[in-house]
Amino acid sequence: MSIFKKIMTAIRGSATEVGEAIVDSNATRIFEQEIRDAENHLTKAKRDLTGVMAQQMSSNREVDRVKREITEHEGYAVQALEKGDETLALAVAEKISALESELATQQQALDSFQGNAERLKELVKKSERQVNEYKRQLSMVKTTESVQKATSAITDNFSSSNSKLLNAKDSLERIKAKQQKFDDQMKAAEVLESENSDSSLEAKLKEAGIGATDNSANSVLERLKAKQK
Amino acid sequence: MNIHKIADYLNTLADESHTGMVFDCQPISGEVDVLQVTVIGREELPIFVSVTDDQILCITYLWGENEVKSDKLHEMHVSMLEMNIPMPLSSFSKIGDKYVIFGALAISSTFDDIEHELAVLNNNALEIIDDMSDYLV
Repeated sequence: MSIFKKIMTAIRGSATEVGEAIVDSNATRIFEQEIRDAENHLTKAKRDLTGVMAQQMSSNREVDRVKREITEHEGYAVQALEKGDETLALAVAEKISALESELATQQQALDSFQGNAERLKELVKKSERQVNEYKRQLSMVKTTESVQKATSAITDNFSSSNSKLLNAKDSLERIKAKQQKFDDQMKAAEVLESENSDSSLEAKLKEAGIGATDNSANSVLERLKAKQK
Repeated sequence: MNIHKIADYLNTLADESHTGMVFDCQPISGEVDVLQVTVIGREELPIFVSVTDDQILCITYLWGENEVKSDKLHEMHVSMLEMNIPMPLSSFSKIGDKYVIFGALAISSTFDDIEHELAVLNNNALEIIDDMSDYLV
């Protein structure tokens, strides 16, 4: 059964029993252990691969060396033949023959190292994919579990604090009403603000002697003086 | 990242948020720590934040199964599926008998990312309830 299906079945099954673990926690621990084991194997495989690749490189150098030596000795043999020294040429030829069999052995070793390295690389890639897949599945199980536990914490909190989740439409209405109230307050504040700025303008006008002026003591005195005349 | 760091950040934010929202945080203790985040003025739609090994989950409860008009259930489900992609950052889900919207963030997200997520989730929740109120009793 795929992990999706397992989770789906578990959610449906336990929906009636909030708080019940989605997946047996023991099973989760075993799964985590399996992932750790797989990761250990992966590390070991990577180390092995490094070793094999080092052997491959050294074997490669060895093959090149033997090849160079063969070419070199072939040159010597030709020179001996040119000088008419058959015996020496034969001795060189024997050396070449020995080198050729060494080359064959080295080449075989190199082929085997190459084969091993490729197999290990494939294995490492496959294991990496596997480990990542396991981790993804574990994350799904743990998230589901965590959401369920969180839900039960939230539910407990709501029942203990005596408040409850409101009906969605009521919530919306209340939020809208609050928003409306806030908007109204803002408008009221704006009106007030503009009134204030009106009165401050008035004050400035008054200061400049424009518009209605106060009945100051001076103006009263002026008026009385005018009456006396 | 854990819920206490998120709470500290949101609390110090106060009026300096980039989103124009003021957040209030209330940790709920339980087997899994949950942070209840409310947006001032929108206390009816709290966001529940929990942090797991690899992600930060932000969930808002929308409505219960019992609030859906029975003859509109199918239509509502189709609308939800259709809205799932256009709706920014949030997705629909169902926990027990409650419909929810949620956003999941990588554990490596910054505080800015989380703040943005919470603001978008809250706006989405409000808008979705408004838009889907025809399906609700």
